[in-house]
Amino acid sequence: MKNYVGREIPDYLLVNGKEVYQGKNYMDGKYLQKASPKTRRYEKPQESKIVASLADALRHCGAKSGMTFSFHHHLRDGDFVVNMVMKAAIEELGLEDLTIAATSLGAAHDPIADYIEQGKVVGIQTSGIRGRMGEVVSAGKLKTPAIIRSHGGRPRAIEGGEVHIDIAFVAAPTSDCVGNCRGIGGKSNCGSMGYAMTDAKYADHVVVVTDCLVDFPNMPASVEAIDVDAVVVVDSIGNPKKIASAAARISQNPRDLMMAENVAKVIAATPYFKDGFSFQTGVGGPSLAANLFLEQYMDERGIKMGWAIGGICGPMVELLKKGKVGKVIDVQDFDLDAVNSIHQTPNHFEMSASQYANPANKGAFVNKLDFVVLAALEIDTGFNVNVLTGSDGVLRGAPGGHPDTAAGSKCCIIVTPLIRGRMATVCEHVVTVTTPGDCVDVLVTDYGIAVNPLRQDLIECLDNAGIHHVPIETLKEKAYSLVGRPDDLQWEDKVVAVLEARDGTILDVVRKIHPYTLD
Amino acid sequence: MEILKPAAAGTLESSDAQVTVEPGDGKIELSLSSSVMNQYGRQIRDTVLETLDRLGVTSAKVSVVDKGALDCTLKARVECAVFRSMDASDKNIPWGGAVR
Amino acid sequence: MIPRPRPERFRLRRTMMFMNAQKPGLIKDAYIYGCDSIMLDLEDAVAENQKDAARFSLYHALKTIDYGDTEVIVRINGLDTPHWQEDIRVCVAGGADGIRIAKCESAQDVRTVEAAVEAAEKEFGVEVGRTLLMAALESPKGILNAYEICSASERMFGVAISGGDFRKCMQTTPQRDGIDMLAARGQMLLAARAAGIQCFDTVFTNLDDNEGFEAEVLQNKAMGFDGKSLINPKQIRFVHQVFAPTAKEIVQAERILRAYREQSAAGVGVFTVDGKMIDIAFIPGAERTLRLARACGMYEGDLV
Repeated sequence: MKNYVGREIPDYLLVNGKEVYQGKNYMDGKYLQKASPKTRRYEKPQESKIVASLADALRHCGAKSGMTFSFHHHLRDGDFVVNMVMKAAIEELGLEDLTIAATSLGAAHDPIADYIEQGKVVGIQTSGIRGRMGEVVSAGKLKTPAIIRSHGGRPRAIEGGEVHIDIAFVAAPTSDCVGNCRGIGGKSNCGSMGYAMTDAKYADHVVVVTDCLVDFPNMPASVEAIDVDAVVVVDSIGNPKKIASAAARISQNPRDLMMAENVAKVIAATPYFKDGFSFQTGVGGPSLAANLFLEQYMDERGIKMGWAIGGICGPMVELLKKGKVGKVIDVQDFDLDAVNSIHQTPNHFEMSASQYANPANKGAFVNKLDFVVLAALEIDTGFNVNVLTGSDGVLRGAPGGHPDTAAGSKCCIIVTPLIRGRMATVCEHVVTVTTPGDCVDVLVTDYGIAVNPLRQDLIECLDNAGIHHVPIETLKEKAYSLVGRPDDLQWEDKVVAVLEARDGTILDVVRKIHPYTLD
Repeated sequence: MEILKPAAAGTLESSDAQVTVEPGDGKIELSLSSSVMNQYGRQIRDTVLETLDRLGVTSAKVSVVDKGALDCTLKARVECAVFRSMDASDKNIPWGGAVR
Repeated sequence: MIPRPRPERFRLRRTMMFMNAQKPGLIKDAYIYGCDSIMLDLEDAVAENQKDAARFSLYHALKTIDYGDTEVIVRINGLDTPHWQEDIRVCVAGGADGIRIAKCESAQDVRTVEAAVEAAEKEFGVEVGRTLLMAALESPKGILNAYEICSASERMFGVAISGGDFRKCMQTTPQRDGIDMLAARGQMLLAARAAGIQCFDTVFTNLDDNEGFEAEVLQNKAMGFDGKSLINPKQIRFVHQVFAPTAKEIVQAERILRAYREQSAAGVGVFTVDGKMIDIAFIPGAERTLRLARACGMYEGDLV
């Protein structure tokens, strides 16, 4: 069945009430029955929940084959915990048929690809999938299609019982002996632990894995002892160098700077750019550089930013410290400046993934957002964005909060170079729709700006400000005139990944790529 | 034109291609790898073969390692490698003739 | 294949941005940053053993890429190298708008290049006289011979000083106030103006020293330069800002041109605008101001 963005969704996926994507806000006003976990009572006072090993923790939680384990990705490319836990479960306890439900997975998790190939891991639910894992899933080696959700879609699915977590593993930079966890004060700090929060509340069992045991009580806790079954102390939960980079520097690339300047120009031309406005930006080159130019416009107009959300890094912390933004509310930290600021700088707060982006709760932050500036691997003439699959059709990205912020914000700006090498970023049809075009408002490229025709109000704003813009088709034609028109990718029928829209409907599927031959 | 000795041109930087030519045995043997193989493999092959054909090269082993080069770059790299293989890349290039 | 219009000898050239002709990722779209001219470099940016490869890249870039209104100049290798003749052939065959003669020291150098350009134009069936020339003065001798160089050919549109080599010859280094090249810049400006061609200042290479860059651009403008060579797109905006005319200058230029057209239609040669005596000598300046204003997005009228 074809969905709202023109993608053909196989009927066999449309079971148990699953629907195809019908446009944004389709689920508005409907009811959701929250699921509740089955948790163990610890009535008798416990001196400590520390167990000797991950294997012991798994046994304590009644781990068995067929279960779903959850993980969060605040340790990013430095994470050791996913691999450690899966190794203990599969190689020590001999478990199989396991499903990994992670908030995101990356290059740090290449070893999991082996467990997929061996058939020990049979399901993956995640926002991001990259590296070898992306390759083996794309090659059709995972037993069930991977389910890809946005950062807001995941807590919705957990709260609604679509994902039932048997054991949640919380990688904690610090924990006390009963499992009060924080993201700071240890040796592998990650700052915010926002993505772990929903998991801990809705999992049947919770295991805290830490490399820095601190005195009880570890307060204020991001994940609380009242939800934790066991604490495991390991040598190291991750490589600090890869958890948080030294400091996200604003790009000096002239192309990025030029695009960033145009992003700020567009923002300043809209009516939402007024004292107290709210903002989120990605950490990619041009998105982050937009901060710099935005600050100039704020100074010029004598206005301040009310609040900023998102993955946070140094330049935003800098604005907070300078008093140019009122509050920063933080679901994840990308660099040491942000890690060292959360809970320390006044008005730098932590929030959960659900609070950040869940479309099914009663008021996520994204819904109050004025502007979001985001990157794209591809964007097509329907303004549909792909941030998941490469030009070869292989899984190598993450929707993250992209679809959530795009849908919630008043003005969603995509910033991307027109071409990357010989890849047309602006194209006729994206390989995979990860953010639907009805949520995307403006496209800024190095070759020009285009506005979604759905937003006549914004077109008028740009015209009034004398900002030149062109139809997105013009940009696509320019791209193809440079790189040539690409051949269509060749797919097989087998679906290797299902892409859920943030509201739980099916936005797209990724199929197994047909091996390419020249003849 | 006849490939007299092995020669190469180009780099492995993004947007470039590295082209190597060697004397062949009566036909064109092309080995091609590309970072954009699925979408442009066929077009890259056609561009390389057309360029060799314009240069009158009928016997060569040609290897192209493409890093997302545009057609104009591919042509330039193939031509440079071929002229280098004849020690003729420095002067009197037939601009607008066989090179176009 | 992209046909380029016949190059204009005198056009707006506030910014000329250098680009290594050997780097495909750079030359494919250097025009997007909005500089007036791009300078594809076959000389210093290209390693000695890649001169041949750079020419092939350059040729196809010139033939394939639509640079639009951006002027495309090529810096060729010096006359003391084995490369310059083939450099000229590829420039002319590819249809570059102009050629920058590196290390030019005499009128004879210009004439030598001109002869080779003309031969290439005939060889490749290009209209004779199409390819423009400019000279880079990089030595004390070049500066002393500036006037004969500037007036050596009808193809010459401008002259530029090249600071790196020149300062070495003069045993000096870049100074905050520009004293190191004050005499040379002045001499070159005099020669260029006397010969009626344009004059461009050298690159500012310390990208971290924004203050120094801005001071130099302001001095360039004050001295009367037409523009500046750049090494990074981020330098473009400030130069364009500094070289933009003021609103008052634009209004005045408009009045002068309007009055001139009305008066000359009526057969009057000398007249007054805002109490100031105006004759034909004011017209080129007023036209230049409006052209500049249009390029800066400050003028949308139809007088130029």
